[in-house]
Amino acid sequence: MNNTTNTAELICPAGTPAALRTAVDAGADAVYCGFQNATNARNFPGLNFTPQEMEKSVAYAHEKGAKVLLAVNTFPPAGKFDLWKQAVTAGAKMGVDAFIVADVGVADYVARTHPDKRLHLSVQAAASSPEAIRYYAREFGVKRVVLPRILTIPEIRDISGQIPCEIETFIFGNHGLMVEGRCSLTNYITGLSTNMDGVCSPAADVEYIRDDAGNMTTRLGDYTIDCYSCDETAGYPTICKGRYRAPHRDDGYYAFEEPISLNLSRMLPDLMGAGVNAFKIEGRQRSRAYVRRVVSAFRKAVDDIRAGGEPEFADLHALTEGQKQTEGAFKSKTWR
Amino acid sequence: MKLTLGPIPFHWSNETKLDFYARIADESSVDTVYLGEVICSKRAPFFEPRLEEVAERLEHAGKTVVFSSLTEVMLKRERQATEGLFDIEGREIEINNSSGLFNIDGRAHRIGPMMNVYNEATMAYLARGGATHFALPVELPGTSVSLLADVAKDIGAGVEIQVFGRASVAVSARCYHARAHGRIKDNCQFICEDDPDGMALKTLDNQDFLTINGIQTMSHSYVNLLGELGEMDAMGVTHCRLSPHSQDMVAVSKVFRDVMDGKSEPGKGQECLNALDIPAPFSNGFWHGKSGHLFVTPDAQSAA
Repeated sequence: MNNTTNTAELICPAGTPAALRTAVDAGADAVYCGFQNATNARNFPGLNFTPQEMEKSVAYAHEKGAKVLLAVNTFPPAGKFDLWKQAVTAGAKMGVDAFIVADVGVADYVARTHPDKRLHLSVQAAASSPEAIRYYAREFGVKRVVLPRILTIPEIRDISGQIPCEIETFIFGNHGLMVEGRCSLTNYITGLSTNMDGVCSPAADVEYIRDDAGNMTTRLGDYTIDCYSCDETAGYPTICKGRYRAPHRDDGYYAFEEPISLNLSRMLPDLMGAGVNAFKIEGRQRSRAYVRRVVSAFRKAVDDIRAGGEPEFADLHALTEGQKQTEGAFKSKTWR
Repeated sequence: MKLTLGPIPFHWSNETKLDFYARIADESSVDTVYLGEVICSKRAPFFEPRLEEVAERLEHAGKTVVFSSLTEVMLKRERQATEGLFDIEGREIEINNSSGLFNIDGRAHRIGPMMNVYNEATMAYLARGGATHFALPVELPGTSVSLLADVAKDIGAGVEIQVFGRASVAVSARCYHARAHGRIKDNCQFICEDDPDGMALKTLDNQDFLTINGIQTMSHSYVNLLGELGEMDAMGVTHCRLSPHSQDMVAVSKVFRDVMDGKSEPGKGQECLNALDIPAPFSNGFWHGKSGHLFVTPDAQSAA
């Protein structure tokens, strides 16, 4: 629906109260954040909000005219559903503007207990077809879907014409390529689950080992994820960004994806034209300085486009992971 | 408890599949067989014309046949394949992507293991929409399965757990089989057919790690819950799933059947499995709430 161009909102990450204020001050239309527990998919040490922090942060954002979207987007395992109910109840009481959910049970709970609250379907729900999106819209009144980063712009346009809700797409940050909500790689290696615990490659299981020659090996749990010669910069050992060996390859290679960041800055007008209503910047684990630079740059770009002009970009290159960027699947099917 | 055979996750030739299902029909002790391509829509057209005869053959042998849907639904052909399931009459269907729920219209259906049924609320909600049977995610620990089995009992639904074979640990829009060969999904030339149990992915220091199966990433280890069958039965799990591999699945089914029926002790069954030349270690860590690749021995379990 909503194919009006030039109205896209800018949705920005807030891993901490300070990052939230920074994002709001830099011009975010909305920020997304979560509580300090397994109810959100970025359950990392030192990140996220206590209930008190959340309450103050919602007040701050609202005072400045920005919305707060609460991520309650993991999958509660049987026996632990109460924690997710508590997060929803607390969020509603604090006046968050929408809940971002993935689990059917959680979606149903929000729809029944807070029918007046907006529901956004998290990328963790992996809804990548009109039918899947329409299912969540019909059953739970989902108002917006966050699309997986696997669709081309023509495909997004095609979906947008067939669904009764808004579309949010990632435009910058981590280039996740596994279908979200279907990845148990971290649990296979560490015993902590991305879906149930909100954890991906947990720091407690990470090891950096430097040998006498200065080479660095990065490990997660019992497994080597990558090795770097002394002139390479070692990356964080995320399983799907590691180098491995396969029978038909002479050397280690990036079996899934190289360390690379998504950057769709040049595609914003096309995305708007395809019916995208909101642009999402990834990076709740990022610093305030990062949030300020990225949000400011995209704020200006979106405003330029809204004003009918050509967007100009401050150089975001230095902020991208491994100094490499991609337009990923959005650009071409050859990415697949 | 009933014994089931999951859909073949790998790209086997038609001939291999026909031989495989003929043996399953004639010699195996599985009760239910799931048919259909669940991983890659490009592979699906090869075996589609043969599905009906295979289904009839299996049913003639007394097996229940269930048609499984694609895990990933994005392209037009994938949406059409999912919709096509609703034309199937007289047989059950298993839904593996929420796309399949939109037009289900209350028809009885099974929920596949990729559907993320982690909790009581999700199970109950889907049951109200017509779900009669739940194959739970492979990473779900036994403690949660036990609680879900209670709910399933109350609503009269089946609960199924994968007890044998490589675990699905991720799916992607990208084909990693094609990527390993310097290709992309659109010109993959079906290179995945060369690897009947998937392509080995090792760490840089040559440690066995994962298995690539097209867009799917699987464990290197084979899930093996032979030692947990008694526990599952007691908690109300109704179906145990064997995931097909190129090893002797008839022999595997006999081992599990005998332990399920009390004709054989798990230890004895394990010895039989060990004799089958499975090309990877076994694992049961997910069930025990530990790293999925681990195998927790019965001794360690009782000590814990």
